Amino acid sequence: MNGAWLLLDLVLVPMILAAALCAVGARAQFTGIVFYIVYGLLLALAWVRLGAENVALAEAAIGAGLTGVLLLGALARLPAAAPAEPGADGSPGTALRLAAAILCAALALGLGAAVLALPEPAPGLADVAAAHLPATGLGNPVTAVLLVWRGYDTLLEVVVLLLALLGVWSLTPDPLWGGVPGPRHRTRPEGVLVFLGRVLPPAGLLVGAHVFWAGADRPGGAFQAGTILAAVWLLAIMAGLTDAPAVRGLALRLVLVGGPAVFLGVGLAGLATAGAFLGYPPDFVKPLVVLVEAALTLSIAVTLGLLVAGAPERPPR
Amino acid sequence: MRLALDLFTVLAVSAGAFFFLAGTVGLLRFPDVLTRLHALTKADNLGLGLIVLGLLPRAEGPLAALKLLAVWLFALLAAATVAQLVARVALRRNGRSPGGSAAG
Repeated sequence: MNGAWLLLDLVLVPMILAAALCAVGARAQFTGIVFYIVYGLLLALAWVRLGAENVALAEAAIGAGLTGVLLLGALARLPAAAPAEPGADGSPGTALRLAAAILCAALALGLGAAVLALPEPAPGLADVAAAHLPATGLGNPVTAVLLVWRGYDTLLEVVVLLLALLGVWSLTPDPLWGGVPGPRHRTRPEGVLVFLGRVLPPAGLLVGAHVFWAGADRPGGAFQAGTILAAVWLLAIMAGLTDAPAVRGLALRLVLVGGPAVFLGVGLAGLATAGAFLGYPPDFVKPLVVLVEAALTLSIAVTLGLLVAGAPERPPR
Repeated sequence: MRLALDLFTVLAVSAGAFFFLAGTVGLLRFPDVLTRLHALTKADNLGLGLIVLGLLPRAEGPLAALKLLAVWLFALLAAATVAQLVARVALRRNGRSPGGSAAG
């Protein structure tokens, strides 16, 4: 059996490296993005191979899927004539590119050397985490790390996501401020996209809710579930079945800040109930974590969907 | 019985891999977008279907088997839809209006 795994690794690792090189070295931007998506999907397989299903789900959904769509959207908004000659209109010249390549290669070599120099078994907190997992009532150690022991990181992550959305919105022309992102998608009512837009959302909503709910005990969680829900929403928008909301809507903004706000509220309550910011009272760890994850899932879904939809392009209705 | 199931798995998965190979060759060798799409969607759908069929006897239970079937059905649905959309763009670029059953 070990031989079969070795064979898989020997095929997978060169493919990841080749996809990464093609993504960086591709002449056309579109080609580079496609290779980046392929790279993300292969990387997800590598994470599964390493037994890190949580990371694999996140890589496939966010790294390959959502980031790929964001890059394609950015490419579509770029002016068509990209600078062809290095050095022309401010694009980096050969010397700068060479310096960047050397620095990146040195960084990769240094990281590789550091990983290879790790003592065996590698030092880590995995044993401590496994020992304290029963106290949380959660079954998934990754969720325990993300929301119980290192809740600070996760809180800041979702705030960063919100800031990114504000950055996208800040590109809105003044007359359209608060308006509706993206074009109104019109499709043939009997076409295939409308059919997919009607058939897929029920299953997508179910899978999204399941990934959120399973996250407490098995691989899954708010970020992966939020990405799935965002994809379902965007599909319905692109199929013309519904329209993107005007970004000045109060309900929309409440959902956007809901996740971080609930997390912050529970965290502040922890000061009184558990004696620490972002602490949980011992008997209520799991219900509170599920509550925070539910609010985060909704916020992340709406934030990611609006990130892809982009800056408002139509006046508010 | 065990041997027969194993043999079935090997045969079905091999046949699936063959269809993936044929689809890839078609993608690389066929002359235009529509024929390449034909090679890709037909061969991949059949290839994935055969692989899922071959893996069914190895599923841990009826629920896992249903999940495998769901993966195939969703891949079918997505591939068919994307093929229609790509074909429509290709037709439009060639200056023909997307008419008839091919348009989405």
